[in-house]
Amino acid sequence: MSDTTHLRASRRAFLGLAGGAAALMATTAAPVQAARVKTSARIVILGAGAAGAALANRLALRLDGAQITLIDGRPEHWYQPGFTLIAAGLKPAGYSVSGTTDWLPKEATLIAEYAAEIDPEASRIVTASGQSVPYDYLVVATGLTLDWAAIEGFSLDMVGQNGIGAVYAGPDYAAKTWAEMDRFTSTGGQALFTRPATEMKCAGAPLKYAFLTDDFARKKGNRGKVEITYAANNKTLFGVPIVAEKVRMLFGDRGIDVVHDHVMTAIDPGRKRATFTTPDGTTELPYDFINVIPPQRAPDVIRNSPLPWADKWTDQGWVEADMQTLRHPRFANVFALGDVAGVPKGKTAASVKWQVPVVEDHLVAQIEGKEGTAAYDGYTSCPLITRVGRAMLVEFDYNNNLVPSFPGIIAPLEELWISWLMKEVALKATYNAMLRGKA
Amino acid sequence: MKELTLETLLAVFEEMFGPALFWIMVAAALVITVAYLYVLVRDRALSMRKFLLAQLSMPFGAIAAVVFVQWITSSGFRDIGGPVDVIVLLGVAAAGAVGLAILVYTLQALVQGKGQGSTAART
Repeated sequence: MSDTTHLRASRRAFLGLAGGAAALMATTAAPVQAARVKTSARIVILGAGAAGAALANRLALRLDGAQITLIDGRPEHWYQPGFTLIAAGLKPAGYSVSGTTDWLPKEATLIAEYAAEIDPEASRIVTASGQSVPYDYLVVATGLTLDWAAIEGFSLDMVGQNGIGAVYAGPDYAAKTWAEMDRFTSTGGQALFTRPATEMKCAGAPLKYAFLTDDFARKKGNRGKVEITYAANNKTLFGVPIVAEKVRMLFGDRGIDVVHDHVMTAIDPGRKRATFTTPDGTTELPYDFINVIPPQRAPDVIRNSPLPWADKWTDQGWVEADMQTLRHPRFANVFALGDVAGVPKGKTAASVKWQVPVVEDHLVAQIEGKEGTAAYDGYTSCPLITRVGRAMLVEFDYNNNLVPSFPGIIAPLEELWISWLMKEVALKATYNAMLRGKA
Repeated sequence: MKELTLETLLAVFEEMFGPALFWIMVAAALVITVAYLYVLVRDRALSMRKFLLAQLSMPFGAIAAVVFVQWITSSGFRDIGGPVDVIVLLGVAAAGAVGLAILVYTLQALVQGKGQGSTAART
């Protein structure tokens, strides 16, 4: 017995193990760092949100002596992927809120006001206070504007009362929306979910919120008292056909009704009715709980500049950009990044993560007098929550191909716990690392 | 994921727990591991008596780890949706079990001191 009750361990084996571990650490920990490029270029980044901050940090690492200026009047930084979790009562409003300056590199200067005028012919920006800011290179990363005024009869002070929610409006409004959704799923009635006919940020978010409302009603044992209707703006539920089909099946499974070709234009909070335009004219749908999502457009300062597409999205004003390089075709020293970029996909933080290295590559190459080689393929990711505890990790590109990060391990069209874990635990951490230019 | 390097991973974990808590946890794990290896080398043997108690603690470590992850993420067993979820669940349980076992073994060895307990297992 004594042979089996004693496993021998020796000092030599211990030292060997420790040495091996140290050697392994040494080989994997050394990051590949390109040499910094010396330049005195004046780079202006319009917008200090996710895209602006991430790019500023990357450029500060790559460039030596560049004058990096960010222009943004918003003091708060919002972690927008957290809005859905706030609106599901899982996180407090403060979960999504930090300061704009928390994320900027010390090498960069922030002008804490909004831009009033962009003059790409003269290569300069005029700020709201009239300050003129000349640039050698401009990156437009302003984000987009939620056009609440386009919903007749609606104003943001209605959110959180009489069954009106607006998850997109901000962290506090998301929390108010949760209060209404919580009340609604306890009392029952008709829930109505909408989405605008414009391009929009995270087209999965309206779907997620329909799924979550279904989930809370079920958990409370009230699903029988709740009717859920999803009003799609066109004939599909999602821009990527294979995902749209999956969502159709899941909606069928959950008992969520769908009406197509319904674009919300007005709300009557007194009668609790929403007005929609349809191919057959105007129609009204009743609600006891509604998540209002307005049309989304480029900010006025962009729309009033020469930067938008002349022949595409003319009612929305996205910045004209090459789909692969994100460079402006008419102004070679201008790039578009993030939500405001006029490309067919990619109004998500995940897209920003893929776009930032592309703009960085082309901008730094241009400063060096070379050609950049990186290309953005339209990558977008959406952890499509289907209930508290499960999500589908949907990733796709310009061609509507699924491009899973973990093929064979995390199936994109399956409702999985691991995908939920990533959304709930790892996503904000990855996002913050991206802001610091580290991911 | 793009560029999933060790540096990215460390940055993500730092953001997840905050740099201070993350590195304290890494340090704690390292200290326990080194202490474990130390008592193994010191005693020149794996004491089966200590190992028995360590083994008995494993189910508690496994359950605690799973409950902790579920509590942090507002989820439960009903959310297991596919094979990869089962693997993740077992991985969490295994990590909790092994972690607690090493901790229990090391604590016993450190508290009892050199030589004690290791001979008691002989029959």
